[in-house]
Parts: sequence; C-alpha cells; structure tokens
Amino acid sequence: MEILVCVKRVPAPGAKVPLSADSREIDTRHLGFTIGPHEECAVEEAVRLVAGHGGQVTVLAVGPPEAEEQLRYALAMGADRGVLVETGPAELDPEATAAAIAQAVHTVTDGAPPFDLVLFGDSSADAGHYQVGIRVAAELGLPIVGGIKGIEVGDGLRLRREVPDGAELYELPLPAAAAVREGLNLPRYPNLPGRLRARKASLRTIAFEPPVGGLRKLRLRQPADDRAETVLLGQGAAAAPAVVDVLEELGVV
Amino acid sequence: MLLTLIDGQEPAPNVLALAHSLDLPVEAVLHVTSDGADADDADDVAGHLTDELAKQGVATLHLIRHELLAGYAPEAFGEALAQLVAHLRPAAVLAAGTDRGTEIMAHAAARARLPLATNCVAVTGGDPWLLTRARGGGMLLEEAELTAPVKLATVAQGAAAPADAQAVDNCAVREFVPELLPELARTRVVERTAGRGGITLATAPVIVSGGRGVGSAEGYAVLEELAALLGGAVGCSRVATNNGWRPHSDQVGLTGTKVAPDLYIACGISGATQHWVGCTDSKAILAVNTDPEAPMVARATYAVIGDVHEVLPAVVAEIRARSS
Ligand SMILES: Cc1cc2nc3c(=O)[nH]c(=O)nc-3n(C[C@H](O)[C@H](O)[C@H](O)COP(=O)(O)OP(=O)(O)OC[C@H]3O[C@@H](n4cnc5c(N)ncnc54)[C@H](O)[C@@H]3O)c2cc1C
Ligand SMILES: Nc1ncnc2c1ncn2[C@@H]1O[C@H](COP(=O)(O)O)[C@@H](O)[C@H]1O
Repeated sequence: MEILVCVKRVPAPGAKVPLSADSREIDTRHLGFTIGPHEECAVEEAVRLVAGHGGQVTVLAVGPPEAEEQLRYALAMGADRGVLVETGPAELDPEATAAAIAQAVHTVTDGAPPFDLVLFGDSSADAGHYQVGIRVAAELGLPIVGGIKGIEVGDGLRLRREVPDGAELYELPLPAAAAVREGLNLPRYPNLPGRLRARKASLRTIAFEPPVGGLRKLRLRQPADDRAETVLLGQGAAAAPAVVDVLEELGVV
Repeated sequence: MLLTLIDGQEPAPNVLALAHSLDLPVEAVLHVTSDGADADDADDVAGHLTDELAKQGVATLHLIRHELLAGYAPEAFGEALAQLVAHLRPAAVLAAGTDRGTEIMAHAAARARLPLATNCVAVTGGDPWLLTRARGGGMLLEEAELTAPVKLATVAQGAAAPADAQAVDNCAVREFVPELLPELARTRVVERTAGRGGITLATAPVIVSGGRGVGSAEGYAVLEELAALLGGAVGCSRVATNNGWRPHSDQVGLTGTKVAPDLYIACGISGATQHWVGCTDSKAILAVNTDPEAPMVARATYAVIGDVHEVLPAVVAEIRARSS
C-alpha cells in the first residue's frame, strides 16, 4: 500500500498564546512546534497499515523550510519518505493549501504508482479550517470521510466515526482518503534508531507559488477572559468542608 | 438572498440569528430523499419545519430531493448543495459548525470552487465580508476578509444569541432535483450503531477530570468514586491519554471533547490552552493543584491548593458524612 499523510507544522503554546506586536501572527520566538495530535494518529495508522500490508508511507508538509522538523519527526515514527512543499512563512488559506498538496501529489506520483490511501487530520491544530482534506480529495477525485476513529483495510476501506448518537460505518473503494481524529490509536514515541534514520533521510523539496485564496487573515486576538477572581477554598484535606459547601451551593451533591 | 443549511431536524438558532443580522431575506435548505419510506419521513419533517421556519422569518424552504440522498452520503450532499447554489446564486450560505454541517459545506465549497470560512462567531456583511472566526477550538479569534461571489460560512457552536426574528405568514416549499452521478454515493453510511447511553462527557452535570498530577491509572479510582457520588463523569487531560491511563474518549480539550458541565473539577491539570478551550464553557470550575501558580488555579472559579490524593479522599469522606 502506498500511503500519503499530510501534516502541518503548528506552534505548541502553553497556558497563553503570545501574539506578535502587529497581532498578525502568534509570537513563536519562545515556542516549540509540533504536528497536531490528529495528524500524529494519521502517521501512526499509516505506519501500522504498511507494517501489515507492505508498501511505503510518504509524509508531506506545506509550509516554511522549518517544517522539515515535523517531517523528520514523522520519519522517526516510521514513515519512509518526506516531501516538503515550500511556500514561505505566510499562512496560506485552505484553498491554497489544498492546491499545493494536490499539485505535489501529481509531482511525486509522476510515473510512480499513485497513492492507495491519503490521510489527513480532521482539522489543523492552529487554523482549524476543517476542509483541506476534503478539498484535496475533490481535486484528486478520491472519496473521503472525516472524523475517523477506526480504519480497516480489505478489498476496500472500512471507516468508522463517532456521531452524537452513536457511530457510523463507511465502506469506500480504494484509492480513497480519510481525515482522522485523535483516539484512532495511541501514537508511538519515536525511538533512537528511528530518530537516527530520520536525521539521515533525504527530503524532497517542491517549490510552489500559492494562489491567493478568498479567505484572508487580517489579525488575531485573544478571546475575552471575563472570569472573576478565583475563590481559594483552602489547603489540602482541610479544605474538604469548604469544597462540599460549594458543591451544595451549586446543587450538584 | 441568504441560504441557511438545515443539517438535522431543526434550523439551528445561532445560524438563523447570524443570518438575520445580515439584512438579507433568509431562506432555508434541507436535503431529502425521494426514495420509499424515507421519502414519506422527509415530507413529514418538511411539514413540521415550515411552521417553525415561518415563525423564524424564513419564507422559503428549498428541498433538495434525490434518491442518492438516502441515509447520509457526504459527497452527494455537498455536490447537491453546490448545484443548488449555482442555480439560486444566493449572496451567501450559512450552516451550523457541527461535524455534519461543516462536512457538507466543505464538500460543497470544494466542488463549487468557493472559499469557506468555518466556525465564525461574527460577520459584517458587504463585499468583502469582515468576519471573526474561532481558531484552535477558540484558543484565538481570527479577523478575516472573505471575498467570493457566494460567501460560504459555518457558525461556531454557541455563537450569536438567538434574535427575535420577524415571523412571516407561511414558508413555501420549493423542490430542487440535482443531477447526481451514482458514483457520488460511494461515500455513504453502510451501518449505524447507537451509543451506549448513560452519562457521557457531553451530558454530565459534573465532570471530575484528572491530569498528570493524578500520577497513574490506579490514581483515578478516587476520581471515579467522587464522580459516582455526584452523578458525574470522569474526564482527563491529554497527558493522561498519552500515558495510557485513560481512554481518549475521556479527553477534554482541543482534540478531545468540548464540555460544558455545571461544575468541572480539574485535578492535577495545569491548564494549557489546548485543555482550557475544552472546559472554558463550564458554569463553574474547581481546580485542585499542588501549585498555586498553575494557570488552571488562576482561571478557576474555586481552588484548593494541595495533593489530589489528599484532597479528594477528604471530600468524598465529607460528602458521605453529611449524607448519613
Ligand atoms: C495541538 C495540540 C492539541 C492538544 N490538545 C489537547 C487536548 O485536547 N486536551 C488536553 O488536555 N491537552 C491537549 N494538548 C496538550 C496540552 O498542551 C498540555 O500538554 C496538557 O493539557 C497538559 O496536561 P496536564 O495538565 O495533565 O499536565 P501538566 O501540564 O504536566 O500539568 C500537571 C499539573 O498537575 C499538578 N500536579 C502535580 N502533582 C500533583 C498532585 N499530586 N496533586 C495535584 N496537582 C498536582 C502540577 O502542578 C501541574 O499543574 C494539546 C497540545 C497540542 C500541541
Ligand atoms: N500546511 C499544511 N501542510 C500539510 N497538510 C496540511 C496543511 N494544512 C492542513 N493540512 C492537512 O489538512 C488537515 C485539515 O486542515 P484544516 O483544513 O486547516 O483544518 C490537517 O489535519 C492536515 O492533515
């Protein structure tokens, strides 16, 4: 099976999300970067599927050159090849991102067997547009289902997702695409041999001039935080009566 | 004219509220099937809907009717909506930011080659639209410009208070039959299973949630005990999930579940933004943490400074003592 997994480099802020002086971007000078948890599960699933069915896992990121770090992380988890679609530092709109991915797929599969399965996260961890996977699938003519928490490969693809009142099962013919959610599996931490292999692996870089999309980010702002001062109920076990007073007041006990 | 997508049994109040704020006539659209018993159900639903829609100031309901729309088939639903949009040329289409609403809109947008702004909390009409959308599950708000011949957007859950719409006398039904290739039904639900029922994170009035500070899988026993006493559910942070202490279905936050109980008890959870966005809608939050400087303590309604494994057993004992 040839599997493609699309991963995005995103900042990993802690308790506060610092903004740049002009509020256009997150101030990432003191932040680490990561791939989103949904995408981590997509990489893990791809690596497991290939272990069971043979084939290769390709990971692809659209972004600045630094996104190499996230590709190498995915390689350390067990992916075989990395593709970086370099588009510069500015954040792309979802149409442009999808165009970049679709074009890169054509470039890397030129002459080679195309992908049997293309995996996405359900949403990117920072922008959360919930649509890049669907746009790419439409462009490539692949069926896609999102919110996936279970994947089985047989003649076709069996995909399971949770809905408010239960679960839905889909059966798709291959080749196909899926956008997955955290909880699909428990992703591994890359081990030392994996990290060494990933450090040496060569990445393919593709340049892309992104088209201008119709959704243009102007600025970012913190949501209002209008919670009142915290009421301290005490220290340790001695606080228990005060806690239960509050539970009674709130009518939950 | 502005179209609002109905992706369930009823129009979403927040979608209608935002739609009416844009000073355009508001119409609605619903996907139905023309197949067998499903079709009768669909006509029933449409009958009930028109009364409700008239009250909400919606004078036209467009029924997209096709046999391939039986059950649920995301690609076919999206393509059908894209065709209706091409036919009616509305100024905009709004849908609820539910899983299904978002999915249908994204398929429609991809097929109509239109941009889509998801999870909007406010929109100023005109051309382009100026809008505010929630990013990262609400970690940040983004102000953006949407330039498109037809503006597509989803409305964040909980955004926009229901407005008092001017009722209209009646809501007329118009049918639209799209041309759908059978191939589009390749993505279709083949089986549905019902949930387990019982108390879930989404419905529990109280959630006792634990993070790294709980220390181990066994450490959750006392959280389970407290949750049972309060008729609540147990939640957790991503650290607990990643350590294999709890199943992912218990995880609260950006990539877990967004919860809104009457009381959220955060035990040994630091309060990273990705966790905070999942519990911020709770009516009250009680933080139990050894660190008085923890962000969760600073933002909670109530806090106890101390070790989870000293505080919770004492609280459980106190509840038992008072009820006996
Ligand atoms: C893209 C992305 C998405 C994410 N999505 C989620 C998500 O959906 N949900 C989520 O939870 N996280 C999510 N995270 C992870 C998040 O950033 C934090 O790493 C995580 O929430 C921290 O979990 P924690 O609070 O349990 O652990 P820590 O941050 O390590 O905090 C542990 C806390 O426990 C306290 N403590 C220690 N011992 C005790 C004790 N004995 N008694 C009482 N208190 C004690 C400490 O003082 C500390 O405050 C995401 C991260 C990223 C980058
Ligand atoms: N810049 C990117 N590079 C690679 N994949 C991406 C990028 N942006 C989005 N994706 C993929 O598309 C999914 C949905 O993203 P979004 O539509 O932004 O919520 C993500 O989980 C990724 O799998």
